[in-house]
Amino acid sequence: MFSFVRRRMYTSALPLIIVLLGVFLLARLTGDPTNLYLSESATPEQRAAFAEQNGFNDPLITQLIDYFKGVLHLDFGTSLRTGESAAEMALRAFPATLQLAFATMLLAIVGAVVVGCWAAYRPNSLADRFSSLLSMTAASIPDFWFAITGVWLFAVLLGVLPTSGVDAGVLSWILPVATLMIRPLGVLTQVVRGAMVSALSAPYIRLARSKGAGDFRVVSHHALRNAAAPALTVAGDLMVSLINGAVVVEAIFGWPGIGKLMIDAILQRDFAVLQAAVLLTAVSIFLLNIIIDACYALLDARVREPARV
Amino acid sequence: MSTSIDLIPVKPTTAIVGEDDTPSRTRKQSGPSFWFRLLSNDRVALTAAGVLGIVVLTAVFGPLLVGDLATRIDLDNSNQPPFTLAHGWANVLGTDPLGRSMLARLVVACQTTLSVAIPAVVISAVIGSAVGMWAGYHRGWRETLAMRVADVIMSFPSLLLAVVVLYVFSPSAANIVMVLALTRIPVYLRTARAESAELASRVFVDAARTFGASATSIIWRHVLPIVLPTMLTVATLDFCYVMLAESSLSFLGIGIQPPDVSWGLMVAQGRTYLHTAWWLSFFPGLAIVITTVSATILAAWARIATDPGQRWRLTVPQKRLSTFTKSGKRL
Amino acid sequence: MKGSSMTAPARHDTQTDHRADAPTVLDVDGLSVEVRTISGTLRAVNDVSFQARRGETLALLGESGCGKSMTATALVGLLEPVADVVAGSATLSGVDLLSADRKKRRAMAGTELAIVFQDALTALNPLYTVGTQLAEPFRIHKGLTAKDAKAKAVELMARVGIPQPETRLNSYPHQFSGGMRQRLLIAMAVALNPSVLIADEPTTALDVTVQAQIMALLRDLRTEFDMAVVLITHDLALVAEEADRVAVMYAGNVIETGTVAEVFADPKHPYTKGLLNSVPVNARRGDGLHSIGGSPPDLHDIPDGCVYQERCPLARDICVTTRPTLDHVGEQRKAACHFPEEVTPRTRGGKSEDV
Repeated sequence: MFSFVRRRMYTSALPLIIVLLGVFLLARLTGDPTNLYLSESATPEQRAAFAEQNGFNDPLITQLIDYFKGVLHLDFGTSLRTGESAAEMALRAFPATLQLAFATMLLAIVGAVVVGCWAAYRPNSLADRFSSLLSMTAASIPDFWFAITGVWLFAVLLGVLPTSGVDAGVLSWILPVATLMIRPLGVLTQVVRGAMVSALSAPYIRLARSKGAGDFRVVSHHALRNAAAPALTVAGDLMVSLINGAVVVEAIFGWPGIGKLMIDAILQRDFAVLQAAVLLTAVSIFLLNIIIDACYALLDARVREPARV
Repeated sequence: MSTSIDLIPVKPTTAIVGEDDTPSRTRKQSGPSFWFRLLSNDRVALTAAGVLGIVVLTAVFGPLLVGDLATRIDLDNSNQPPFTLAHGWANVLGTDPLGRSMLARLVVACQTTLSVAIPAVVISAVIGSAVGMWAGYHRGWRETLAMRVADVIMSFPSLLLAVVVLYVFSPSAANIVMVLALTRIPVYLRTARAESAELASRVFVDAARTFGASATSIIWRHVLPIVLPTMLTVATLDFCYVMLAESSLSFLGIGIQPPDVSWGLMVAQGRTYLHTAWWLSFFPGLAIVITTVSATILAAWARIATDPGQRWRLTVPQKRLSTFTKSGKRL
Repeated sequence: MKGSSMTAPARHDTQTDHRADAPTVLDVDGLSVEVRTISGTLRAVNDVSFQARRGETLALLGESGCGKSMTATALVGLLEPVADVVAGSATLSGVDLLSADRKKRRAMAGTELAIVFQDALTALNPLYTVGTQLAEPFRIHKGLTAKDAKAKAVELMARVGIPQPETRLNSYPHQFSGGMRQRLLIAMAVALNPSVLIADEPTTALDVTVQAQIMALLRDLRTEFDMAVVLITHDLALVAEEADRVAVMYAGNVIETGTVAEVFADPKHPYTKGLLNSVPVNARRGDGLHSIGGSPPDLHDIPDGCVYQERCPLARDICVTTRPTLDHVGEQRKAACHFPEEVTPRTRGGKSEDV
């Protein structure tokens, strides 16, 4: 197992470097931040001093080297906007998004497994088709639309939930999590159902039944494990899109997460913060992929062995 | 007397059990009429296909029919509520703050939304599938390289990439298409690779190699036809995702720009009027949901219909019909 | 169809004559199965009847698509949802399998009735160790703890001849060879000492030497547990060597039954005769190969009369109008033919100038 994980980490190092490079270049592409931070009436000397201070005058390659040096020391520079360490800002914002993401995925996975297995148990029944329709609709709802409607319905009209912010304890989690959860729940339910139907029609199910296995054992023991792999893939992808900082949701609900941080950094050309934030996100996504691959290996012994020639 | 131990007591949709007056053996198992029969068996999928057809037709012909109703400003009629014909049939879905017909704007937005979503899907599907099949077939370094590239693209916050690119290069429809296409390539790449790798280990590929077929021809002639149905299903689902992504971008203000209109943009524009004119945001959102749900239903049907091993699920008659259909007569 | 020594079937069991009064364990009567397809409903199994006796092997012999596998899956209750049992009964230890409720059937699955499938690789769950899967029958029916069940599994593996069972307990199905996997399937089937063991083409996917070992194992187990074995196969030589009785199937119908020795020496149905004659015994270079002209009927379109009429050299008007029933043509022998007496006995060497 360990060698498997180690191998995956080595192969992930290069893409990580490419992402860093990409962020560096793209961030620079968004334009010169000088005009954003200095007032219009700033003198050329002030502009020059600003540029000098932040290293914008150096050739790109020097900036690049400084950047990578900084990365190795975990120093991402300081925010142009607030002067704080960019790394600190990113690390401060990340947990909020992470918490949101985990809560969402947990609820979505539990819900999807329960509904998906139940629907696969009696495929094409009325219940199955109804839950299919429901999950397809859930997967199709634009999150911003759902959020706006939710805010209007529960916060404005009924007044039971806060419109934004994190201060109302559990209540302030409800709308953001619900909004974020609706699509993953819909998608995962369909995937689990599909995978379970496939698993339930596999030949080893016949064998299990011929040994006298009951329905529950067949579903939970034999079928579920075989259905886990495709479900895991999709869950991982969904998690990635959550970690992406459900930007929209954070914007609508004012959730202090990393998605909001990144958008603000782009709009304000705050390179350092953008780089730090993107790197943090990218690293966590790579780690997530490795964890998922490790789960595959745990589940299925055939994966652990190297591919046959 | 059906007494088999059956974990799956199937009670499916309508089915053609068969006409025993026609020589059943000559019933074609391919061609458009076959697919149409299969589709018409499943009422829900048929409805979904119909809805999608209407959407596509609206996108193609709608703006021509609607003319300038979508752009003509009529401040006397601003923010009229829907479901009344008092202000003319064109305003049956209400009007926006500038008095423009919601219905007309929805129609024009349909064209814009689809003209972004469909090209993006096609481009990413073609590129992703081609690279994926190539990588999966050859395995080795090609596979590793392709997968790492896919990983890189996927770990790049996609919305962020879109925001950055569109901010830098100005949000035109073409740029949106390219950005969305790029971020969706990994989806096709990984699926195509997985299927291609599995197929490459099958005996018929070795057989083709033994009579000198080149890798490209094997991929084109053997791998592609088998992988195609899965790709189509993925593409249909991806269409939904791209539509939603474009809507999100437009909502955030970096997608389609006014005076052009897309459904996402309409939702954003209606946000400030939520208390007074709820229909401004509601109907465009509803349009998105309807289109996306129909595409998803059709994709689910296609997944079963294109797999010959699973196709029987669409043809099994309902349990209560089966007692009448012992003779095989059509009900 | 494979075949080797056809003139005098080698018998491993010299107690054939005493088996005539062995108790019947499984009594199948009039079993019919219909399948719903996109082009209509067809009858895959039609009015099939046979008995399996303790300590005996009954072979269901027929070519591909004749309905023998479907008969087996119908008995075990594992038909595809598109297939239904529409008539018949199957009595095992006093219980009619086909009309029993799910709970009863589940209680009998593995304890009274067991099945060995053809393809061992797909039949085993790839994600669980062999030990877990072998232990499963004990955990389900006997409620043993994981530890005790594992111990039983080790015993089983040793019994079916898998070397180093303690270590191999933690291996996965794909890490075994084909012959070993088949032994595992057999082990699982006999774990709880069932009364009836159905073996669905157990050796088709194996090479000949392994085949012999597997059949030897089945023989030993049959004696040890005093089981009735129903052997489903298309292999004439296998039937000749291993089976005591045979029921020949064609297009979903049983067309001849009897002891193997009698049926193979003196078939009473033209199809059986044709089968036996197609085996190239004592053939010389330059001789043509004999086969039965034509092909089995499309199950959507089975003729009203005898199912074999289109290929039968003895076919007459009555064969087209009336379907022959499975009648006695001798002691313990039945055949579904209007003219069984015209089927001449096989000559030594299987010359086929006759029917």
